[in-house]
Amino acid sequence: MNKVYMDYAASTPVDREVLDEMLPFFDKYYGNASSTHSFGVDAFNAVEEARESVGKIIGAKNDEIIFTAGGTESDNIAIKGIAFKNRDKKHSKGYNIITSSIEHPAVLETCKYLDNIGYKAKFLPVDKYGIINLDELEKSISKDTFLITIMFANNEIGTIEPIQEIGKIAKKHNVLFHTDAVQAIGKVPININNLNIDLLSISSHKIYGPKGVGALYIRNGIKLETIAHGGGHEKGIRSSTYNTPGIVGLGKACQLGLKRMDNDVLNMTKLRDILIKKNLEIEESYLNGHPKQRLANNAHFRFTAIEGESLNMLLNDAGIAAATGSACSSKKLQASHVLTGIGLTPELAHGSLRLSLGRKSTKEEVEYVCETIPGIVKKLREMSPLWNR
Amino acid sequence: MNDMYTEKVLDHFRNPRNMGKMENPDGVGKVGNPQCGDVMAIYIKVKNEKIFDIKFQTFGCTAAIASSSIATELVKGKTLNEALKLTRTDVARELGGLPAIKMHCSLLATDALKAAIEDYRKKKKGG
Repeated sequence: MNKVYMDYAASTPVDREVLDEMLPFFDKYYGNASSTHSFGVDAFNAVEEARESVGKIIGAKNDEIIFTAGGTESDNIAIKGIAFKNRDKKHSKGYNIITSSIEHPAVLETCKYLDNIGYKAKFLPVDKYGIINLDELEKSISKDTFLITIMFANNEIGTIEPIQEIGKIAKKHNVLFHTDAVQAIGKVPININNLNIDLLSISSHKIYGPKGVGALYIRNGIKLETIAHGGGHEKGIRSSTYNTPGIVGLGKACQLGLKRMDNDVLNMTKLRDILIKKNLEIEESYLNGHPKQRLANNAHFRFTAIEGESLNMLLNDAGIAAATGSACSSKKLQASHVLTGIGLTPELAHGSLRLSLGRKSTKEEVEYVCETIPGIVKKLREMSPLWNR
Repeated sequence: MNDMYTEKVLDHFRNPRNMGKMENPDGVGKVGNPQCGDVMAIYIKVKNEKIFDIKFQTFGCTAAIASSSIATELVKGKTLNEALKLTRTDVARELGGLPAIKMHCSLLATDALKAAIEDYRKKKKGG
């Protein structure tokens, strides 16, 4: 068996069709899309075509999409942009921003920052599956609240949040709703109008596009304060010369993502369910995240008495690329906030493993992974003083 | 991810020496905290003030497992006083270095060893 990549939630390979679409924009159509000569117009047209493709994957209009350098930047522009526009609500009694405690750091740290500089942020707890409490969300809203930001699907445990219900609550109370949909795009059908989403973050490299490019959907009529001043690109919200090849790549990736979503989801769900079934046959192994309301490509486990970094290292030795929420693999030596957020003790969080599938994942790969994991778990348990069975 | 560790670390991680539980040890040292993701147990058998046999069990990362493995190798056959002189720096150096963020793992290994020797001495005194 060659190397098996099961970390698609971290990043995906650039699709060949995406790459082919991008290449001419490096050396043939290299003009600055803001220039008015023919070189610039060629680039401009390509950027606008990509804008349409990105809009389509979420049911948005072209002029509601701005391009960014990735999901993290999209989140920052959205949350800070709305907060700075509402700076008169700082130092208020009620919460200004409501988010969850298991957000991606791009959202979590941004909200913490705003909370530190005088805004008031509420970090909603989640249940054992990682789902936010809708009653508590609604109760946290006051006249001071201007933004709800809750992820579409969690990047670690794959839980899909009740986005439709959140959208309804946001609309009812006239609060803006932003969602980080980086993990959900291409895996869950999304229509921003049906879901009452006002702002939505997209990343290219999670959907077989290039790294370093993303997009932010902003519903027409919503005003954001600029956080990166400059030449006034993207309606003045995000200045920077157009990354034409990257934008073209993201556009193509969205186009393909929409076309292939049904097939991808069908294939990945089948494989994911095999992963879950087989790995739960291992003694004292558990599934993290929701059993049903989860991304088609995410299987997340924990194994008693073993530590994730070691597990991941032995998997890597066996040619398998996976991820863990273990503290020892993080730079901060702290257990994942998502895993502690769903109520796991740090001890349990250490033994976690994320396997995430992609478009090219095969049954053979899944079978190989399922055959390999039990032996590694056994080996590490023999080594573990916490395993006394 | 292998670039983070030296070949020696990876060798001890993949092929740990003296790994496993010991029946009727003369001394046991267990240190660390499962909350932090590191628990190390070292078991020793002592004859004529020398470490005659040694075993370890570790719940922890690659560096923690490799540190405990090499520590057992370094003190096997040594006198208790010699073994007590083993420092975290020795452990890290013998492994060809550890990433800065993993240096505490080497300390855990020497702490476990010290605890095992203390346990043996306490039992000897008491018995």
